Amino acid sequence: MSATATTPGVGRVGDSVPRLDGPPKVKGEFAYASDLQAAGMLWGHTLRSPHPHARIVEIDVSAALTMSGVHAVLTHDDVPGQKTYGLEFADQPVLAHDRVRYFGEAVALVAAEHPEQARRAAEAIRVVYEELPVVSDMERATEMEPLHPERPTMGHGYRDDPRPNVVRHMVIRHGDPDAQGDVSVTGVYEVGIQDQAFLGPESGLAVPDGEGGVDIYVATQWLHVDRDQVAPCLGLDPEQVRIHLAGVGGAFGGREDLSMQIHGALLALHTSRPVKIVYNREESFVGHIHRHPARMWCEHRATRDGRLVNVRMRILLDGGAYASSSTAVASNAASFAVGPYRVDNALIEATAVYTNNPPCGAMRGFGAVQTCFAAEAQMDLLAAELGIDPVDLRLLNALAPGDVLPTGQVVEGSCPVAETIRAAAAIPVPPAEELPRDPIRLPGGAGNTTRGEGVRRGVGFAVGFKNICYSEGFDDSCAARVVLRADGSAEVHCAAAEVGQGVTGVILQVARTELGTDAVTLMPHTTSTVGSAGSASASRMTWMAAGAVRDACRAALEQRERSGGGEVDVERVHRHPRTTPLDPESGQVTGERAHVAFACAAMRVVAEVDVELGLTRVVWVGTAQDVGRAINPIALEGQIEGGTAQGIGLALMEEIQTRDGRITNASFTDYLIPTALDMPPVESVLVEVPEPAAPYGAKGVGEPPTVVSTAAVAAALRAATGKPLRRVPVRPDEIVGLALS
Amino acid sequence: MKIALTVNGECRETEAWGGESLLYVLRERLGLLGSKNACEQGECGSCSVLLDGVLVCACLVLGAQADGHVVTTVEGLADGDRLHRVQEAYVQAGAVQCGFCTPGLVVATVDLLESNPSPSDDEIREALSGNLCRCTGYAKIFDAVHRAAMS
Repeated sequence: MSATATTPGVGRVGDSVPRLDGPPKVKGEFAYASDLQAAGMLWGHTLRSPHPHARIVEIDVSAALTMSGVHAVLTHDDVPGQKTYGLEFADQPVLAHDRVRYFGEAVALVAAEHPEQARRAAEAIRVVYEELPVVSDMERATEMEPLHPERPTMGHGYRDDPRPNVVRHMVIRHGDPDAQGDVSVTGVYEVGIQDQAFLGPESGLAVPDGEGGVDIYVATQWLHVDRDQVAPCLGLDPEQVRIHLAGVGGAFGGREDLSMQIHGALLALHTSRPVKIVYNREESFVGHIHRHPARMWCEHRATRDGRLVNVRMRILLDGGAYASSSTAVASNAASFAVGPYRVDNALIEATAVYTNNPPCGAMRGFGAVQTCFAAEAQMDLLAAELGIDPVDLRLLNALAPGDVLPTGQVVEGSCPVAETIRAAAAIPVPPAEELPRDPIRLPGGAGNTTRGEGVRRGVGFAVGFKNICYSEGFDDSCAARVVLRADGSAEVHCAAAEVGQGVTGVILQVARTELGTDAVTLMPHTTSTVGSAGSASASRMTWMAAGAVRDACRAALEQRERSGGGEVDVERVHRHPRTTPLDPESGQVTGERAHVAFACAAMRVVAEVDVELGLTRVVWVGTAQDVGRAINPIALEGQIEGGTAQGIGLALMEEIQTRDGRITNASFTDYLIPTALDMPPVESVLVEVPEPAAPYGAKGVGEPPTVVSTAAVAAALRAATGKPLRRVPVRPDEIVGLALS
Repeated sequence: MKIALTVNGECRETEAWGGESLLYVLRERLGLLGSKNACEQGECGSCSVLLDGVLVCACLVLGAQADGHVVTTVEGLADGDRLHRVQEAYVQAGAVQCGFCTPGLVVATVDLLESNPSPSDDEIREALSGNLCRCTGYAKIFDAVHRAAMS
């Protein structure tokens, strides 16, 4: 019913290994969450709010209940346990009661025999709403009526902000925030709402166990934390809720929050039948969290010879209706606001607010994408102001081990910023292609919109920087269990979510390397047979899973040695070096470190712009990435190319559009992601300086390409147009000069 | 209503509601889950199949329209355990990550190579531009198409 065991193969740490799930995936045999089936299965459907903010006056389900094929219609009254859930604060209702706070919020559930019956029954539920004023402007949110009047105090060392609708206000004061330089540059930057837009829609199957408990087969990023959110809402003990990883069609942070887990389980327990829920594309867009849109006010001061003296940034992030991971995103945006540069003085403020806009949470790059876009634009402004080459300016300020971050943390371990910048700068830029040429290679592509008269070429450079693993005192761990059989073969259990990034390959490579055998089977990912692996996010899964599997393999070998043979079965939990929270008043590190390790990427982008039409084409990308050590180079290149595509998407086309809190482009017709025609060739160089604290020296690789690429594309477009382009996605009217920017 | 179609060389009959798409019929009525349900509005190509030899999005065809016709899905390409050369190329090139778009891309690539055995980069880009992939950045997919063309 769920993913099956991954079969043995070959490949050790450092080898380029094709995916073991490749053959079933190319044959169409791999079972994704939306492919699950069970005897007697019903289809679930979720009724969602058509209003971004409204009071619920009445819900009448009587008509829906009597419709053909319908087995259950549930509302908040049917939630047996805790009524709300959430990753950091339990502020999100399982089903809305009293009021709805965002467009698309779940209000009621239906289970029926055919998905069309379920959809029609949901339409027949009568909900009477009284619309309330919509808080849609993040700048005004702090002055408006609180959306969560009974908001819990934050605790955890967070600074409680007295203003309404502030989820987290984070301040970093470093050195003398008034320090002057010889020159200063300022800018206000904006990032729109990006969506993860994974291809496999949210889906899952909930199966009642007949004894009051439930098995949930779902596409998720963190099985155990799903269980810990689901069980209290169902009024069950954690062991009565078993989460099993079903095939995941991409994640990118969008599956950190719950989707159908509780809803499916409620319907299954209510009907005593398996219930499957599959979101359609529109529901996926409104039903999951997005990347935080941001507005950033920046001032960079430097000496005449180009050394950064002081960076001041104010960052405002719209978290939407519920907290999700806004607190951590705000902290990350602040922590990485300056980029991988040395600066003795800084004042950085990041504020995440509640609004009635779509809820925002984790997405690849997690706060660092937004600030990298602003900070790198500032570095280019500074380079221009000083008459210094942008690459040289970055090299001059490049962070290195021993330097102090704005949080007061001393950089330790591997931090090859200058090496990475040099490696990217050394990749030869292709020559400009002559005109005339095939229209497919012009901005606008096959649209045949021009012969290229208005085409200008620009080259941009950017550097991005981000933490690896969880931070700020989070007790981050990963468990793995190894069973060594008498015949020398082994099975490995680890609940690390394979979301497409290739962690199952890493686990197998590590186990084969440590055990010295190819006869290793990775068992299904589940909460039933092994402890938590933590989430497949924060570029942490390779580090943590490799550490846990390595530790368990070594312990198993030792135990077998001691026992002189026979079967051994050991579980080990891996932890990275301990972190501590930042001081809530000053944002300064309270122990040795708030972040475990860092990874950077440098990227040069060549873009062409048709300045008459406002159309763009990214021609070429050359990038160097600090990876610590490559465990599987072919998978790593795929991550770099894919992560770059998402950054290009944010720079050029990807934006959730809202009108008064309502999403107006919830489809692949209207929310555009890069196609094969939009993606340039990507030349990548791996910079390998092993991270001493990490298993095998490997750093996670998923996020840095996305952090850097939006900034690099924007730089290339500025170079081509001479326009400031302070907002992404860049719009055609900004390129042709019709819009104020 | 009853519909009968030839899928991957096999005659299949099934009951279906008139509003069901060919994609739904393939997946839920016939148990052929290889064609994927990513957007179900013809934008992403994840459900690409060949209908009488023509590349279509199965989500945009009614099940009833396929009555009496011939459908090839991704499940019909491999010869038992022996992968089709396009499938083999996707695996070897590292063109599969989450893989949700892969079946549709594989079918679209088979269709492309049928009409153009050695496509240029631009021809590949244009031919596959109707298939969205969110994971790979397409570079390894282009490698896979070239590999398959040469094999």
